[in-house]
Parts: sequence; structure tokens; C-alpha cells
Amino acid sequence: MPTPLYLTAAVALSAAITWGLRALPFAVLSPLRRSAALRRLSLSMPVGVMVILALYTLRGIEPTAWRSAVPAAAGLAAAVALHLRTRNAVVSVLGATALHVALATFWQA
Amino acid sequence: MFDARTRGGARDLAGAAADTASVGLSLFPLGLSLGVLVVHTGLEWWWATVFSAVVYAGSLEFLLLGLVAAATPLAQIAVTAFLVNFRHVFYALSFPLHKVRRGARPYAMFALTDEAYALTAGDRAASWSGARIVWMQVLLQVYWVAGATLGAVGGALLPVTLHGLEFALTALFVVLALDAWQARRELPVPLLAAASYAIAALVTPGQLLLTAMALFTGGLLLRHVMTGSVDVREADEEPSALEKAAPVPVGAER
Repeated sequence: MPTPLYLTAAVALSAAITWGLRALPFAVLSPLRRSAALRRLSLSMPVGVMVILALYTLRGIEPTAWRSAVPAAAGLAAAVALHLRTRNAVVSVLGATALHVALATFWQA
Repeated sequence: MFDARTRGGARDLAGAAADTASVGLSLFPLGLSLGVLVVHTGLEWWWATVFSAVVYAGSLEFLLLGLVAAATPLAQIAVTAFLVNFRHVFYALSFPLHKVRRGARPYAMFALTDEAYALTAGDRAASWSGARIVWMQVLLQVYWVAGATLGAVGGALLPVTLHGLEFALTALFVVLALDAWQARRELPVPLLAAASYAIAALVTPGQLLLTAMALFTGGLLLRHVMTGSVDVREADEEPSALEKAAPVPVGAER
């Protein structure tokens, strides 16, 4: 169990860095606007960052361990299918999560 | 004069409420799932309020939960926060901060989330007053913090343990990836990301996220240097592509 001091430090650090990233560019806006490399990065980065983060959240899953792999695969398929169909993040996230929770809960019981 | 001012303020608030209604519909349930996860991680319910109010960066909060649960060193948490939220650097390019009065600017910058950016990025926001923009941001944060707090309180009362709730985060990232992909269909980018992840998992399993992000960013920069020198025209066209290719974050659909 993490200690309150460690948790407080983690929260403060995350908040300070996030705020800095949001606020600092306003101070150095014009050079940033001129940087073609940064602009290119801002356009291409999101899809890749999201792919990496999605993979990272699945790191605990062994492909051969059916108990975790089947709900995860079903949840992924549901998220992609729902989102391509509805384009509604709420429907896609809640639908996929509900399916995953149902499978994971009853599979393990 | 005071009356006119109050009425103006009420109008700004009402306008902001209408602007944020659809985004609120996605922020609130996502906040709920964050709150439930906080108590499932073993933290007191009020940490959900602290996380959502102070850190206030949706995807980072979900990741942070897993990181603190694993007692990840603070240095790695700092690097993760930096890399995950680096995209916010670019929101300053279009956010109308100059409209917001000086005293409210630190908050407007603090609350410049994906959703706040998405709402102000369009033409609609051109006519908005500074007060309406700040109200919009306040309301977005209220939805998020309220969702997280209620989720944590409800999660603490829930008699059964639900397995697999953390999948909400995976689903969120998949959805955000699909939206970002829709905005700019460059197949090499997700492939580069997946390859970076695979290399990181093999070489530095203990520093997975950090290595993967570094490899990915380095790869993108390398690609920029290489294609930039070959095709100058494409680089010239980039500025006009910025607006329409901006990724649509969660909840921006309507």
C-alpha cells in the first residue's frame, strides 16, 4: 500500500508537470509556431501515443492464459466495432468495459 | 450596472452549460470508472477527488493509479507525466487565452484539457467571451471531479468486487487512437508505435513506457528529418493542415 507522503508527491509532481506543459507554450508561443518539426510531431504523435498506451494497459495479459486473454480480446473487438459504428466515445468505452467486466467476473467465479 | 453584469455572467454560464453538455456526458461516466478504480486499487475514496481535481488530466490519472499501486519511482512517474501530456504543448497554438482576463489565466491554462481544447478549437468559439470560456472549463472539471468522487464512494459501498474494470482505460485509448487515426491516416505512425513498444518490451521491460515513448518520438523526428529534406513542398503545406488534422479527443463528437 503506497504511503500518503508518496501519493502526495506523485500527485503534486504530475500536476506540476501537466500544468507546466499546458502553460509554458504560451510564454514561448512564437518560436513554437515556427518549428516545423514540432508541428509535424503534434500531428503524428497522438495516434502513436494512444497505440503505445493501449498496449501498455494490456501488458499484464498472457496470450495463452484464457482467463484474461479471452475477455481482453472480446473487449478490444467490442471497443473497435462499437466505435467504428457509433463514433461515440461514451458508448464505445462503456460498452466494451461492461462486456469485459462481465466476462472477467463470471469467467473467474 | 451591477444588474447588467450579473445578467451577463448568467448568460455566459448558461452558454457554457449548453456547450459542455455533450462532453459532460462522456466525462462523467469516465470519472465514475476512475473513482471505482481508485477504491479497487486500495486507496481511500477521497484520493479520487484529489487525483481528479489536482492532476486533472484524464488518461494520466488512470495510468498514475497503476503506477502508484506498483510503487513506481517518482522519477519515472515524472517522465510518464511529461510524455503522456506532452501533446498539451500544442494546444496553446489555438487556445484563445488572450480573451480570458488576467486573473483567470493560470486556471484557464491549468484546465486546458483535451476536451477544453476540442471545444475551443472550432469556429464556434470565436465569438465566445473570456468568461464563457472559463465557465466552460470550470463545468468540465466539475463533471470530472463529481464523477470520480461519486464513483469512489459508490465503489466503496459496492458489496462485490468487479473484475476487469481497468479495461475502461484500454477502451479509452483504443477510442482515442481510432479518432486520431481518422484525422490523419498515416499507417507508418501506428506501426512505428507498435514496433517501439515491442522493442521496449524486449530490451527494457522495467522501463517499458519510457523506452517505447522515447523510441517512438525519436523515430518520428528521424522520419521528419528524412522526409523533410526530400519533400520540401509537404513541409510548406503543413500549417494549413494543422487545423483540420487536429485529433478529435474523447467526447468531441456531437
